[in-house]
Amino acid sequence: MIELPTLGWQSIVIFVVFALSLLIATYCTYAERVIAAFLQDRVGPDRAGPYGLAQPLADAVKMFTKEEFFPGGANKALFVFGPCLAMITALMSSAVIPFGNHISFGNNAFFLQGIEVNIGMLWVFGVVSLGVYGVMIGGWASNNKFSLLGAIRAASQNISYELAMGLSLIAVLMISGTLSLREITLQQSSEGAFVWQDIFNWNIMKQPLGFIIFLVCAFAETNRTPFDLPECETELVGGYHTEYSSMKLGLYLFSEYVNIFVVSAVMSVLYFGGFNFPFQYELRDWLASSQGWELASAQNLITALGTVLLFGKIFAFIFFFMWIRWTLPRFRYDQLMRLGWTILIPLAVINILITGGLITFGVIK
Amino acid sequence: MSPLFLFLSFVALLSALGVVFAKNPIHSVLFLILTFFSLSGHYLLLNAQFLAAVNIIVYAGAIMVLFLFVIMFLNLNVDTEPHKPALAKIAAAIAGGSLFVIMIVALRDIQLPAVNGTAFDSQIGMVDKLGMVLFTTYKLPFELASILLLVAMVGAVMLGKRETGERHF
Repeated sequence: MIELPTLGWQSIVIFVVFALSLLIATYCTYAERVIAAFLQDRVGPDRAGPYGLAQPLADAVKMFTKEEFFPGGANKALFVFGPCLAMITALMSSAVIPFGNHISFGNNAFFLQGIEVNIGMLWVFGVVSLGVYGVMIGGWASNNKFSLLGAIRAASQNISYELAMGLSLIAVLMISGTLSLREITLQQSSEGAFVWQDIFNWNIMKQPLGFIIFLVCAFAETNRTPFDLPECETELVGGYHTEYSSMKLGLYLFSEYVNIFVVSAVMSVLYFGGFNFPFQYELRDWLASSQGWELASAQNLITALGTVLLFGKIFAFIFFFMWIRWTLPRFRYDQLMRLGWTILIPLAVINILITGGLITFGVIK
Repeated sequence: MSPLFLFLSFVALLSALGVVFAKNPIHSVLFLILTFFSLSGHYLLLNAQFLAAVNIIVYAGAIMVLFLFVIMFLNLNVDTEPHKPALAKIAAAIAGGSLFVIMIVALRDIQLPAVNGTAFDSQIGMVDKLGMVLFTTYKLPFELASILLLVAMVGAVMLGKRETGERHF
């Protein structure tokens, strides 16, 4: 007899993270337009619902009711498989991100994290490197020269920027000495000896150059402006999704926003302290000692606050992504390649050397 | 044998056959990626998480992207495919078949060394254990390989650098 798997705590967390990723990606489409309107001094979407908040729903209805179109000579199976793969790879990497510390009920401690593995960072990196397949397969299967050019651009761009991204991650690894994202987050907390000790423990203080390299590579890996060469509409009509319509196009556009959410979460965890925030231990001890709280419930409150603040950090990064989109023009293709290979990679190697030197001389731990 | 192992082996063999028999080179590449994924699943079953992740990153994530990239550029259609002479096909079949026979003969009566279940360290494939081995027992080969890779990377960057007087725009 086959037993059904019991609905454990982890599956609840995974389901909530999945739902949240989709919800946040949905409202990213709205936020993108509102921010664009704000930056360009327009009104923006304000018809559907109060403040236009039902706009994503209206978009979804529009996408679903559009004509399903298959271009002549297209490879049908791969044409459908492309957008599915883009969405799957976008959703996969959030599994290992620690969205909060533990919550304890009685003797049981529950971690606000899908899966805790000791290769968390490699998992994220691996899934990010697979993300390009959705674009490549879809672009090739469309049987369209512009789509193919977009797909090829996506492939070479992702390969080039993965190198610098990996090298900037190595410097973080050298400081933390672990690949587990939860461990990396916990190392960024401290019981503050002086007021700003908490923030000084964040990796951004030890890895400012590495963070900038990672940020630039994150823009390139998510195909966001100024690195959105694969869908460059001034040269390639619509790039890899020229031939796509209906919800298949919707999945491509949607997976871009899920990717932004995941990359923002990774940056918050790796460089901005994850679920840590200043004065967390002071607040916990104050609640426990002078307010008569139990230590466990005080810790639960800290965990909840930390999760809320982590999402605050993620939203700040998402806003930054959109801010850049409406500020910087797109790179030319040779500029993009030169930035990746002759500037970012040497900088990342220098960053590793500096980090190694600082660790050897005991400046940073 | 666990059902997961059987399933992964089935997928690995089926997709490996798909690599060989697929008419379309793009399909071959995609089948090869699927093969790498099922191999990574095997590594996970053997408790070698680091190997599984690195297999995905290096093979599925980087090398196969380059393969796909090149094959997309080549534009291999059925009508542009060069016609191979029958002699070459027969020779290839004989060569491949004899390799198959040799491998069967070589592996037929192989004796696997007995594993002591109680003394076996199940954490041997974890990343910290692997790092410890690399940085103690195999320190020199590891460092030499790293230097080789660094030199290759510096070479790639140097080839990409613009030479003086090259600027046209």
